[in-house]
Amino acid sequence: MTTQVISFRDPGRSLDLARLRKISSEIREDILMMLSEAGSGHPGGSLSAVEVVVSLFFVKMRHDPSDPLWPDRDRFLLSKGHAAPLLYAVLSKCGYFPHEELKTLRKIGSRLQGHPDPTKLPGVEIPGGPEGIGLSEGIGMALSSRLDKRSSRIYVMMGDGEMDEGEVWEAAMCASKFRLENLTAIIDRNGVQQDGITEQIMPIEPLAAKWRAFNWNVLEVDGYDFSSILAALEKAEKAKNRPTVIVAHTTKGKGVDFMEWQSEYHGKVPEKAVVQKALEQIKRG
Amino acid sequence: MAAMRDALGEVLVSLGARDPKLVVVGADTTGSLKLSAFGTKYPDRFFNVGIAEQNMIGVSAGLALAGKTVIAGTYAVFMPGRAVDQIRNTIAYCKLNVKLIASHGGVSVGPDGGSHQALEDVATMRVIPNMRVIVPSDAISTKKLISAACSSPGPYYIRIARPSSEVIYSEESELSIGKTEVLRDGSDVAIVSNGLLTSRALKAAETLKSQGVSAAVLDSHTVKPLDIETLVRFSRSVCGIVTAEEHNVIGGLGSAVAESLSESRPTRIRRVGVRDVFGESGETEELMAKYGVTERDISEAAMKLVKER
Repeated sequence: MTTQVISFRDPGRSLDLARLRKISSEIREDILMMLSEAGSGHPGGSLSAVEVVVSLFFVKMRHDPSDPLWPDRDRFLLSKGHAAPLLYAVLSKCGYFPHEELKTLRKIGSRLQGHPDPTKLPGVEIPGGPEGIGLSEGIGMALSSRLDKRSSRIYVMMGDGEMDEGEVWEAAMCASKFRLENLTAIIDRNGVQQDGITEQIMPIEPLAAKWRAFNWNVLEVDGYDFSSILAALEKAEKAKNRPTVIVAHTTKGKGVDFMEWQSEYHGKVPEKAVVQKALEQIKRG
Repeated sequence: MAAMRDALGEVLVSLGARDPKLVVVGADTTGSLKLSAFGTKYPDRFFNVGIAEQNMIGVSAGLALAGKTVIAGTYAVFMPGRAVDQIRNTIAYCKLNVKLIASHGGVSVGPDGGSHQALEDVATMRVIPNMRVIVPSDAISTKKLISAACSSPGPYYIRIARPSSEVIYSEESELSIGKTEVLRDGSDVAIVSNGLLTSRALKAAETLKSQGVSAAVLDSHTVKPLDIETLVRFSRSVCGIVTAEEHNVIGGLGSAVAESLSESRPTRIRRVGVRDVFGESGETEELMAKYGVTERDISEAAMKLVKER
């Protein structure tokens, strides 16, 4: 099977909600398939952010799977690197590498490392793993883009548990200082981290107010409503002199009822028979 | 006498003219490290991120991923100290084109005290894959080695000292990363040193000469990759090797030399360095004496090797 490679260089692709929903459903199937093949990994935070990442790669961002290092591309930085299966499923669907390769996730010799490695796989922009570094890397890229007078926009996806990391707030101050209007952070506010509910492990609310206090343009969206996700991304692009953060309200484990809101599925893959049940749920919609 | 930090400022300004992709990231110590000289000349390519070393490394990684040649600099206790994770998981992991330049290595920092005297930084950087580690011995070699590192893709850790130091090299000296400089030949012992200890090693060699001992002095400015060939060559003719560095004897140049030679050509070695303790406040020379990193410590170690022969 050859992978169809489409260019996403031209902005303004039409908004076909039915198509985006179908893609999202297929991405969820791919995530569960890969994790089941791998036998380990992080389903909860991969399933939660599907619609946001699909909105970026299939509608908003300018990028080109046939030329992954195109200098004028927009960049998607997965700071919450444990959601690697989501990134890989999306990159594969865009045509960055063959769909069959998804089955090699976490296996020896694979380009699909447990946490993303940009030196191994095209389309991956930053290394993932330790939390809290991605926003800083996004600042570096946004500064470079501005220095080179490129129109590239930088999108950094963080987890809500990641807000516990001090470096995030160092970066929050820094992006404001440099007035990085070409930088958009997105927080996958799924409410659950490895040990439990975020507000029990380390309360992060009032989250939007915190970012406002750091002089960011703050937007909040329903992370499953394509129209509002895309409207927020448009607004972020129009903001002047300051970076934007979009708090995307999501559900850990979204799409599989017995995984939703369950911290045990942050870093655990269910048995194969259970995965089958999950896949059936996703197919039914 | 000349300050390595002045040399740093000068070389960055001249490299900035040659390479429009060169950018500098600092963390509120840019005046002290003379990085501000670059900032004055090239304000668009100079980013001060405040007292936030972890973010400094992340920002540097992002700039490098976007194609820039990045200099990130502050004091060694803060970088690598505060940001080892970010250095490991971005810059080293992806072989990014970032040159980490740390000042204030060793007890020679002086009155600021033990909290500000990095004695473990060479060790922490040396054990990370892809990272190359350089400890220049004077202002001229600081310039030459930083310039060479900027022409060589990938990560480097370059550690300089706070006080002014004696000038060993001339502008005409040709230094290469990874190649030990033989500053003085000798047949009884070889002193392998770097940083501020190299000028002291040269003085120790003079003292030893007056006592009838012929000591070679090797400037091992590159701790990683270590120039094992030169070490093996000298180990064949001398009765032992003294290593000398302003760092913990655990994990730095002395360890690197001992590890390499014990595999390739077992040689008697005495390590001059700080004996696994923290420093304290005091003047540079007082502290170097108290913590065992003087000319006399080197010559005594060499004499012991000769007497034990």
